[in-house]
Amino acid sequence: METPLIEVRGLRKNFDDVTALSNIDLSIKEGEFFSLLGSSGCGKSTLLRILAGFEQPTEGRVFIQGKDVTELPPYERPLNMMFQSYALFPHLSVFNNVAYGLKRDRIAKAEINERVEEICQLMQISKLMNRKPHQLSGGQRQRVALARALVKRAKILLLDEPLGALDKKLREDMQFELVNLQEMLKMTFVVVTHDQEEAMTMSSRVALLNDGLIEQVDTPRRLYEYPATRYAASFVGLSNLFEARVVSHDDDLVTLWCDALDAELSVRHAQPLVPDMVVTVLVRPEKVSITAPDAQADNSVVGVIENIAYLGDVSIYYCNLPNGQSVKFTQANVQPAAELPLDWGQKVRLGWRAENCNVLVA
Amino acid sequence: MKRFKGLRLACLVLGLGFLYLPILSVIVYSFNESRLVTVWSGWSTKWYGALLENQQLLSAAWLSVKIGALTATLAVVLGTLAAYSLVRFKYLRGQAQFELSTAAPLVMPEIIIGLASLLLFVSMEKLFGWPAGRGQTTIVIAHTVFAMAYVTVVVRSRLAHVDSSIEEAALDLGARPVTVFFTVTLPTIAPAIIAGWLLAFTLSVDDLVVASFTSGPGSTTLPMVVYSSVRLGVSPEINALATVMITLVSVFVLIAGLVLARSRDK
Repeated sequence: METPLIEVRGLRKNFDDVTALSNIDLSIKEGEFFSLLGSSGCGKSTLLRILAGFEQPTEGRVFIQGKDVTELPPYERPLNMMFQSYALFPHLSVFNNVAYGLKRDRIAKAEINERVEEICQLMQISKLMNRKPHQLSGGQRQRVALARALVKRAKILLLDEPLGALDKKLREDMQFELVNLQEMLKMTFVVVTHDQEEAMTMSSRVALLNDGLIEQVDTPRRLYEYPATRYAASFVGLSNLFEARVVSHDDDLVTLWCDALDAELSVRHAQPLVPDMVVTVLVRPEKVSITAPDAQADNSVVGVIENIAYLGDVSIYYCNLPNGQSVKFTQANVQPAAELPLDWGQKVRLGWRAENCNVLVA
Repeated sequence: MKRFKGLRLACLVLGLGFLYLPILSVIVYSFNESRLVTVWSGWSTKWYGALLENQQLLSAAWLSVKIGALTATLAVVLGTLAAYSLVRFKYLRGQAQFELSTAAPLVMPEIIIGLASLLLFVSMEKLFGWPAGRGQTTIVIAHTVFAMAYVTVVVRSRLAHVDSSIEEAALDLGARPVTVFFTVTLPTIAPAIIAGWLLAFTLSVDDLVVASFTSGPGSTTLPMVVYSSVRLGVSPEINALATVMITLVSVFVLIAGLVLARSRDK
């Protein structure tokens, strides 16, 4: 088996009495764009700082290319990091900021100049070489920080909320630029982000953290379509979560009774479930559709539209069932706004197919 | 606001007058021809000439400058180290006690520092034979004690505003901790270090009390000479000396201000 580029085994980190991380096992392969996703305080930044060597784990080991680096100080680790605040040296020009890492390696001056120029060209900051950091815009600073972290050609780049300080438009452009950069330089990126969209857009794999524990490590698509836990389902995207009791399980079709919906549900689920077990059923709002009263759907409920959130491209509808339970569903706004097909107070019949929902046991 | 214009002008004149009239009168009287300080008898620069010939005053001034420079340099080194450890090593054992002990000389009466230093030096001499007698070295040590506290305060406030992630970034780029300190930390706190040096220098040159306790024969500082000669009646030479010092200090402050302003612009 191929050794992973970065491997974390049995990691735990305590700050005084507070446990920031526990039971962390991860392996990141070469060439991956790996995201650490989670809400603030979940430990994702601490994990990144442990990888960089700024924090020592209380327990567990970190390996890079199979070599134990747990005890190595940051300046001896074969990786570079881009900081959330960019951390540019305020007293140095852009050129000297970028050249700083190369100078530490005692590389010949001519080569330093060449490599700095090359990376600055790539990052489109060649014209800013003589400026000081405070003379740059937020976007330019970010490029300088990226250039400084890339110029040493380490195999691994750690990025702490790389796009956090940019406005929305610039952030979307930079997302693609980062991905292109990573593919072009054939590097491994490990990104910390709290923005699920960002993680979904850029990553090849995402580790979702919650309260110091890893909830799930998966591709963005699988994380969305097959979340492992309730937390994963609710953190990534919109979701309807209902508690239900298993009635029977034939082949891969589960029949459940859901008190909240006052309905029987059928869900495709491969793993065997025992009758009477209480599980959670996840239905993504875009998989719910409006059905004709006489149509046959695997699952259906009837309710009244209570709220509409118009987002432009789609609208989110909140539909109330007679017993008070709310079901979210989305509809693409294909028709012009004047002809919205649904209105407040309208009675609708909603249905979704058995293969379009999931059973969560955790 | 317009009707208070006269009042505001009066306040300004009064305030500036309160601060600068005494200094101005010293400067004006330094050009007085008369031997009597309080009687004006015409313009003259002869007291400046006399000043240049007064070996006692000149050597005292030179000694004060030497002590000031040594004190300031020592205080800057120690104060910067203290500030760095106070700001950057948050989990240091005995942090609170250390903080208190660095700040204590700020509020300690000078006379206590002077007396305590004297007692220490005398008993050290008895025990180890060092320092042999009192003089320039002992004054520098005693001055450093309180000057260092001021440097610590100045450097510490600057350091607290420096984002520690720039130091981490330097570590990440392959710099060892010592290199990080000299290539990243030091340049970013340089303005505070210069300000601290100037402050320590001024405090030392200005000090009479601590120096009186810790000086020995042949090490009379400028304030001590001025003080003892004034007791015998103010000589116009002292006015001339004061004017020279005021001019030097003004030029010094002006240069320091310009340096700081330029470093901010960059």
